Amino acid sequence: MASIRSRGARIVDLIIAALAFVAVLICLLPMLHVLARSLSSSEALIRGQVTFWPVGFNIQAYKFVLSDSKYTWSLVWTIILTVIYTLAAMTMTVLAAYPLTYEKLKGRRLINLMILFTMYFNAGMIPMYLLLKDLGLLNKPAVLVIPNVLSVFNMIIMRSFFYTIPTSLRESAEIDGASPVMILTRIYLPLSKPVLATLSLFYAVGRWNGYSDALMFMNDRRYHPIQLLLYNILKSITSIDVATLEGFRMPGLNETIQAATVMFATVPILLVYPWLQKYFIHGATLGAIKE
Amino acid sequence: MATVLTTGRARKAINYIRSYWTLYVMLALPIAFFVIFRYIPMSYILIAFKKYSLFQSIWEMPWADNYGFEYFIRAFQNRDFINAVRNTLMLNALDLLVGFPAPIIFALLLNELVYPRYKRFVQTVTYMPYFLSWIIIAGMAMQVFAPNTGVVNVFLRRMGYQPIPFLNDPTWWVVTYVLLGVWKHLGWNTIIYLAALTGINPELYEAAEIDGANRWQKIRYVTLPGIRPTIITLLILNLGQILSSDFDRPYALMNPLVYDVSNVIATYVYTYGIRGLQFSLTTAVGLFQSVVCVIFLFAANALAKKYGERGVW
Repeated sequence: MASIRSRGARIVDLIIAALAFVAVLICLLPMLHVLARSLSSSEALIRGQVTFWPVGFNIQAYKFVLSDSKYTWSLVWTIILTVIYTLAAMTMTVLAAYPLTYEKLKGRRLINLMILFTMYFNAGMIPMYLLLKDLGLLNKPAVLVIPNVLSVFNMIIMRSFFYTIPTSLRESAEIDGASPVMILTRIYLPLSKPVLATLSLFYAVGRWNGYSDALMFMNDRRYHPIQLLLYNILKSITSIDVATLEGFRMPGLNETIQAATVMFATVPILLVYPWLQKYFIHGATLGAIKE
Repeated sequence: MATVLTTGRARKAINYIRSYWTLYVMLALPIAFFVIFRYIPMSYILIAFKKYSLFQSIWEMPWADNYGFEYFIRAFQNRDFINAVRNTLMLNALDLLVGFPAPIIFALLLNELVYPRYKRFVQTVTYMPYFLSWIIIAGMAMQVFAPNTGVVNVFLRRMGYQPIPFLNDPTWWVVTYVLLGVWKHLGWNTIIYLAALTGINPELYEAAEIDGANRWQKIRYVTLPGIRPTIITLLILNLGQILSSDFDRPYALMNPLVYDVSNVIATYVYTYGIRGLQFSLTTAVGLFQSVVCVIFLFAANALAKKYGERGVW
């Protein structure tokens, strides 16, 4: 095919490839710049010499970040939180999606309607805040898990995948005397492994990247997830007063520490992304098929 | 006869319960979740029509003045709120104008890429920003666009231009806000279009080739019509969300210098409600926003159906 393409067509092919490469550069260069800053000396940085390669290479900023228990603890805590949240959310998603695939289930339409309605109308931030306050959940670690432990969107994706499993499989198992729970654990879940992986990733990324719930509902700094810590540091680092409050005694290092902090929060995502990429893309197309 | 029927029905009911009760047990937790965390908060909406008091239950609080609509009136007399509505509409409209067509164009570009491995590489790299949080993106933007040390301004200065205050000047902040949205979503949002593109019948391209269509004509008359339903569906969803406001993105990117353009409804509710404890006022604002969003979504859907497109539902 390529051999019979005319010369003009091949030149256009190359132009298109070049345009796509511009997009690649735009995605990568900002990260490269932040990495270069984090590894440069603060003098070179202040003089505006740092672009995409470290100037005055040193790892001071990383030493500072990694020696501060605040950072390491928030990393550990966010991992714990993400694992708990993902497990809880997946359990809830399957528990909601599986029974609703039974067409004979009485009340199924009503439950479906009740769930779908919340996708279009929600009470808003303040009613949620007041409810959590009344329930005594404010500033408790559970507040970072429970209020968003089930996503309607993910539940619908799960359910439509369950629908693709032929009902004849279920019916023959029923004739053999299998209970709904057995059918779920022996047939449905093993057949849905890719979707389970994909939805787990969506929940995990959501929890890992989320900070607004912690900002609104959690005043205890020990339980701040890494994104909120990063936010507080980014906002405070611009004013030295607050910076020292946050524990920075070396103002000269501020700019490189800021860069190192961003890298510290980015690297975990960059490490897992290439390996899990195919599941993410799988999930995006699942969402597309949904409608 | 009648007794036979009822016993038959009773036996059916018993059988039904015996085989399906576990399904209801499974549903118990999710239903409890939706009732407690999605429906009970709706009863708190009543606070929008009442004078909030810490020491009374919702039912005991006195009704607000003006037949309960006092806080809605106050919201619309509040300069900050009007400003927040304006900014929400402005930022969402700009997102729609710039951020909506961008992935369509990029998907068409990817679709024309003839080197399969290179194409996969481009996709892998451009999907990645989607998985970075707005805090991380804000952190990167603060550095890349830093007035003195950021790489963009370093290059501008080397080329003899004045540095640009990307995040500290209101107009530039809006530009940066929109472009960062494109940066985060461009690659990821192509997936849905690329999926739609695989659904186009290859015979259409062959027929077009026989008719002597060039690359551009194939895009214009085969590819674009092929993804048209996807475009319309996504456009409806986006139009329906014109007054909805994200919290994470503006809050991460805002700073006091650009408050006039970065204050959106969600950040307004947070500052006046959770920080400022004006619960009645902010609940009213939230209700206003939710209701308008629902109306917009239905209107956009009806409009699409009127023009012969598939709606969202």
